[in-house]
Amino acid sequence: MNNLMEKCCDKCQHSPQTPCQDYVTCRTQGPICHDDENCKQQRLDHLSLLKLEKGNKEILLCAGTGCTSSGSVKLADLLDQELKKRGLDEKIKVKTTGCHGFCEQGPIVIFEPEKVFYRQVTIDDIEEIVQVHIVEGGIVERLLYVDPTTGQAAKTYPEIPFYAGQNRLVLHNCGHIDPENTEEYIAQNGYQALAKTIFNLTPQETVDEVKKSGLRGRGGAGFPTGVKWQGALNAKITDKRYVICNADEGDPGAFMDRSVLEGDPHAVLEGMAICGFATGSDEGYIYVRAEYPLAIRRLKIAIAQAEQYGLLGDNILNSGFNFHIKIKAGAGAFVCGEGTALMTSIEGNRGMPKFKVGRSTDKGLWEKPTTLNNVETFANVPPILLKGGDWYASIGTDNSKGTKIFSVTGKVNNTGLVEVPMGTTLREILFDIGGGVPDGRPFKAVQAGGPSGGCLPEDQLDLHVDYDSLGKVGAMMGSGGLVVMDDTTCMVDIARYFLKFTQNESCGKCTPCREGTMRMLEILTKICEGDGEPDDIEKLERLSRVIINTSLCGLGQSAPNPVLSTLQYFRHEYEAHIFDKRCPAGACTNLLVFFIDEEKCTGCGACAKACPAGAITGEKKKPHTIDTEKCIKCGSCIQKCKFGSIFKK
Amino acid sequence: MALRKYQEGGETDLAACNCGHQNDDEKQKEFGELLNKFKGKKGALIPLLQESQEIFGFLSADTMKQISASQGVPFSKTFGVVTFYAQFHLKPRGRNIIRVCQGTACHVRGGAKVLDSIKELTGLEINQTSQDLRYTLETVACIGACGLAPVISVNEDTHGKLKPEQAVNVLEEYK
Repeated sequence: MNNLMEKCCDKCQHSPQTPCQDYVTCRTQGPICHDDENCKQQRLDHLSLLKLEKGNKEILLCAGTGCTSSGSVKLADLLDQELKKRGLDEKIKVKTTGCHGFCEQGPIVIFEPEKVFYRQVTIDDIEEIVQVHIVEGGIVERLLYVDPTTGQAAKTYPEIPFYAGQNRLVLHNCGHIDPENTEEYIAQNGYQALAKTIFNLTPQETVDEVKKSGLRGRGGAGFPTGVKWQGALNAKITDKRYVICNADEGDPGAFMDRSVLEGDPHAVLEGMAICGFATGSDEGYIYVRAEYPLAIRRLKIAIAQAEQYGLLGDNILNSGFNFHIKIKAGAGAFVCGEGTALMTSIEGNRGMPKFKVGRSTDKGLWEKPTTLNNVETFANVPPILLKGGDWYASIGTDNSKGTKIFSVTGKVNNTGLVEVPMGTTLREILFDIGGGVPDGRPFKAVQAGGPSGGCLPEDQLDLHVDYDSLGKVGAMMGSGGLVVMDDTTCMVDIARYFLKFTQNESCGKCTPCREGTMRMLEILTKICEGDGEPDDIEKLERLSRVIINTSLCGLGQSAPNPVLSTLQYFRHEYEAHIFDKRCPAGACTNLLVFFIDEEKCTGCGACAKACPAGAITGEKKKPHTIDTEKCIKCGSCIQKCKFGSIFKK
Repeated sequence: MALRKYQEGGETDLAACNCGHQNDDEKQKEFGELLNKFKGKKGALIPLLQESQEIFGFLSADTMKQISASQGVPFSKTFGVVTFYAQFHLKPRGRNIIRVCQGTACHVRGGAKVLDSIKELTGLEINQTSQDLRYTLETVACIGACGLAPVISVNEDTHGKLKPEQAVNVLEEYK
């Protein structure tokens, strides 16, 4: 047997056209329809091989977008060649997987089953790895991860604080299985939840299980998933219903959905199929943003394989349940992540949100009942149906159950994906797991929830993260993006950055958003350029209230959030910009004054030569001065000065 | 970008392109087959536009008119859809598409300086194509490789942890 999905002998009649009810169970426990020691042993042997119980080994390389751009696929090819050269390719398999989550340390090479973890591996390291680790059975010490605070080297990945602090429930397959090989998903209990559901539960019982779990939508709004599915199940229209997966992850700084799609696509397909069963839908769409070509490719492969094995399609496993999934690629519009805009985009129109009359679970795509959920939400569904809603509800807090994947990025040591139970504190996520701020710089703020969210300062670090607690302090869970900032980040500039983004992506339909965000952006730009006026803050606050209260859709309703939250916690920075014409973080170039420290200046004249504006004057070997009127603040002088005597403040 | 304004001679000026690229016989044949594949299908407009753009590299007025006729929608609707989404282009683009990520993580890690350096190296403004059709420069809101900020992508390749001075080496690779 070469693949779990194959039949053991000719007694097996399973095919998509003649499906067998026990097909999924049989993959790991078969044969079921007949007794044969030979058939049973073949399957057990192959499973042992997959689980690395026969003395065989695997070398895993991350082939997610991040590591691929750092050359991981070339590394995999080279490793493969080296192993073949030495005749070791039978015992050791090189496997490319999805994202392992520790993006800062890529390319990552992992040896299983020993769990040895090598980081930032280059082509030049491959020969040494093969010689020292594989042939001699040793460890290549210099490629191990070293904890920056303790100086300890970690041989295996469970020892690394980045991983030790996490509960990788949704991500359990990412970085471990080959996403283009269905048998690996099956070996990890894949599709068992679907089989269990369609044969042992009714649609209502399925919805009840999801309700029991307390799962809330992971796209940002946190709406109780079970309640949404109940709405669709109860809908009056029964001739056609749809399930849509929102994979239009547009929040800058968020890439958890991309990793799940690239690393474990079947989890999403299985979750959607279970939803289809629960809501009486037979057709599903995955709306993936165009900027994720690798995710689209992996999904296409997974769907094709699932159809090939009869796990998707008509009469799945002979249950009478039909479910087909199609992919729709987005075309580059952030607003299409909004539910109504997404649906109208699938219908072939401009992605402009609609005023919601009633719920889309009653009338959505093509006016039929539609259940729209996020990628991460669907990926949580198979474990819930497999292990039970009660089990899921035992993780997390009272109002937010389960785990959440956060993408930790920005000024932080361990950038990557972190999955923790709801209720974990920001401090644990950003410092214990995230490794804190690089270069020993002080932590200033963390942006939570992308362009719809807010910035939280240091005194909020002990907040237990869940949907409600974040809302109370003016931030938002959103998609789970956490962007860390240090003292060199200007909070007014950050607010302006987010406004620029939302203004650009505004669909233009409603006046408050189209005109309001433009006016706010103009005011913020003026402030950053040193032309702020005394009543600007009041104008921003008033505009924010109007835009939030009167915009048609979520984009407009949340666009002012970054401004309001930075005003709440960093008002003094706005005031410094407006009244003192000063940028405390030293970031807004127009407000910076460049000056030469006379005590350090040796009068070498290098800066004067470099200055494109002729703003620096001075005699040879005597301290020079900068004429601030002429200075265009380009920074060339600072770059040229070998004595560190030029500063900006 | 959702609010692209019509500019004379700019990105959305239909009159500007007369290169005749779309008259290539083989491409026309492929396009004809594509129109048939999507005829009468629900929700076909956007995938049809996407695949047509794959064939020709951009969407000319002529291509859009043929698509409108085949799908039975007014040309104004097709034009409206094409100008709404950032991924559709009305003029031919360079052989190498440079996308500079403007996401939050990239911004916080100095993405703006990378963009400035690429603008200077290529002499291009955003959404412009070089005369020799070697490069087109675009910005994108987030590529999703935030662990490697700042990031740019050229065609299908992603380049992360980019310093402004390294940009020139990366661009040189692409002819």
